[in-house]
Amino acid sequence: MAVEAPPTPAGTLAPPRRRKIPPAVLLIAPSVVFMALLLGWPVIQGILQAFRDENGFTLDFVTRMVQDPYFWPAVRNTLLLIVVMIPLQFAFAIGMALMLRTNPRLHKVHFFVWAIPLALSDLAAGLVWLAIFNDRGYLNSALSLFGIEGGSWLAYDNQASMFMCVLIAELWRATSLVLIIVVAGLQGIPKDYDEAAQVFGATFWQRLRHVTLPLLKPSLQVALILRTILAFQTFAVAQALTGQNFPLVVGETYRWYTGLQNPNVAAALALVILVVSMLTSIFYLRALRDKNQGGLR
Amino acid sequence: MADIQISNLVKTYPGGSERATDDVSLQIQDGEFTVLLGPSGCGKTTLLRMIAGLELPDSGSIAIGGRDVTYLPPNKRNLSMVFQSYAVFPHRKVRYNIGFGLRMAKVPAEEIERKVQWAADLLQLGPYLDRLPANLSGGQRQRVAVARAIVMDADVLLMDEPLSNLDALLRLTFRSELKKIVQDLGTTTVYVTHDQSEALSLGDQVAVMRKGRIAQLGDPLDVYDAPADRFVGGFIGSPPMNFMDAAVSHDGGTLVLGEQQLMAPSILRSFAGRDVLLGVRAENVTVRNERSSGDVAATVLVVEPMGSTILLTVEVDGHTLKVQAPPTFRTAPHKTIWLGFAPNTMRVYDRETSMALEAK
Ligand SMILES: Nc1ncnc2c1ncn2[C@@H]1O[C@H](COP(=O)(O)OP(=O)(O)O)[C@@H](O)[C@H]1O
Ligand SMILES: [Mg+2]
Repeated sequence: MAVEAPPTPAGTLAPPRRRKIPPAVLLIAPSVVFMALLLGWPVIQGILQAFRDENGFTLDFVTRMVQDPYFWPAVRNTLLLIVVMIPLQFAFAIGMALMLRTNPRLHKVHFFVWAIPLALSDLAAGLVWLAIFNDRGYLNSALSLFGIEGGSWLAYDNQASMFMCVLIAELWRATSLVLIIVVAGLQGIPKDYDEAAQVFGATFWQRLRHVTLPLLKPSLQVALILRTILAFQTFAVAQALTGQNFPLVVGETYRWYTGLQNPNVAAALALVILVVSMLTSIFYLRALRDKNQGGLR
Repeated sequence: MADIQISNLVKTYPGGSERATDDVSLQIQDGEFTVLLGPSGCGKTTLLRMIAGLELPDSGSIAIGGRDVTYLPPNKRNLSMVFQSYAVFPHRKVRYNIGFGLRMAKVPAEEIERKVQWAADLLQLGPYLDRLPANLSGGQRQRVAVARAIVMDADVLLMDEPLSNLDALLRLTFRSELKKIVQDLGTTTVYVTHDQSEALSLGDQVAVMRKGRIAQLGDPLDVYDAPADRFVGGFIGSPPMNFMDAAVSHDGGTLVLGEQQLMAPSILRSFAGRDVLLGVRAENVTVRNERSSGDVAATVLVVEPMGSTILLTVEVDGHTLKVQAPPTFRTAPHKTIWLGFAPNTMRVYDRETSMALEAK
């Protein structure tokens, strides 16, 4: 149905017609509706659940969450895990990616093997490591072969060793995500830059620091944001290995929702994770933004 | 500064069936400008990269300044290089890029600053020092790559087709600038190109490569005037050298081209009675509308005015030749013209091996 448009002088836009939806809006409408239903609505629902009871607005649930004896240990454990794990994961992933870049024999096989944990559900990974770390697990059996007496690695009163177990399992499980992003990033950098740096006398570390890592920054940024947000959500591995003995924030959410049957406090906890994740992303995006680089100093 | 001794370099890439360089030996004197010239895929880049240490040879050796560097990593060779893709670091400003090598060598900051300034002045990069490479034109990025290479007090300067990404006019201007800069520096230079005019105009010596081997090594004028074989003659020069089958008469004094005869160069005395391949450069053929003694008749096929000359494609005894006539020369397709060959500018080659025949 052709709309009779009065001729408009060249270079000016026709006045918007009443009740005619611009095509751009029509085109994005499906995704907007989709996002609103699947993301927006649950978020609003979650906020309402955390801050409202039968009598309207309330901070009761937040108070209960904070006063729970497990809350602060869970926060502390989650942060500790992130602070220790993320740098290690990046060091491993970058090291592995650089090794793969030299095209060693069977490098495709190596890459495939290193990427396997990515395909594993985190609960399955947790169970695998439980089989290793439990009192009669593979680790203790292996140690006993050498005449060393193993320990109760996952004992409820040994926070340090529980932390190490969760850390190792998470390192194993989630480093491959960083690896894949870094490998993809490295492949996007022409080899010439590294070769030019070599010819101009740069050592391996100089090349890494002055050429490879700066050029890899966009990939590292993506990996860092993804990995940190996912690390805030660490749950199944710790749950499988330690149950409630090594509380993490998402584990607490789960406990409040299923164990204590209190969806309101669970929603408050989920909001904490949402807010922290958002703040972290903003921080990374700002901190890693291309500052005015260059200069000789 | 240093000389380069390359001996018997063999390199086959993993998975490759042919040798990328096949037993290449090459001597480069201290301060000499050597051009590696050849068609695409003949192994020029491979040879250069082995000098740089970016590829390792299967066998053979490379010595720079008397020091065997065959298996040394690139950063231990005291080189600098201009890459075909420029490889100017995109995340750093021009100033940092130019000073990169000096920084890596931990040269004091004031000296880096001084040298960067010197190179920037030389290459007219002064106004762009604080820009990122993304904000430069191709020609300027090219200059940054050259500036980065010349600030180093390197033993050897390597360049891989540094002008190939520039437009024709820029290439011509920058070529002479580059020649002057390198002359003033006096650094031993190895320069790779597939452009024969670049090779002739820049090199002290030209190594013409073909299929991983050096087909001819010599002074640019020698390589141009006396190509060692048919390949070199056909590759160098614009238009390339003309080749015709001919026979040497029994007394050795004349060359027989089908029905016609030419005075033979004196070196052919020892080849009396043999079939040879005759090589003639376009500019060594005199073109006339009237017959003069010793001339050969030719039929004009194509007339191409080039401004300073007229390029004629003609046919002589079934062979197609390119010859040059002065811009005032008038002719048209299908007309007959007369060609005069100066005996001492003719080159003769063996028909089977295509190698130049030397007087015995
Ligand atoms: N990285 C590589 N892997 C396998 N073959 C290569 C590689 N680089 C070059 N070659 C092959 O080696 C030969 C010489 O290549 P190159 O030295 O780049 O030639 P040029 O620079 O003269 O064009 C070519 O046949 C090319 O296909
Ligand atoms: Mg090449």
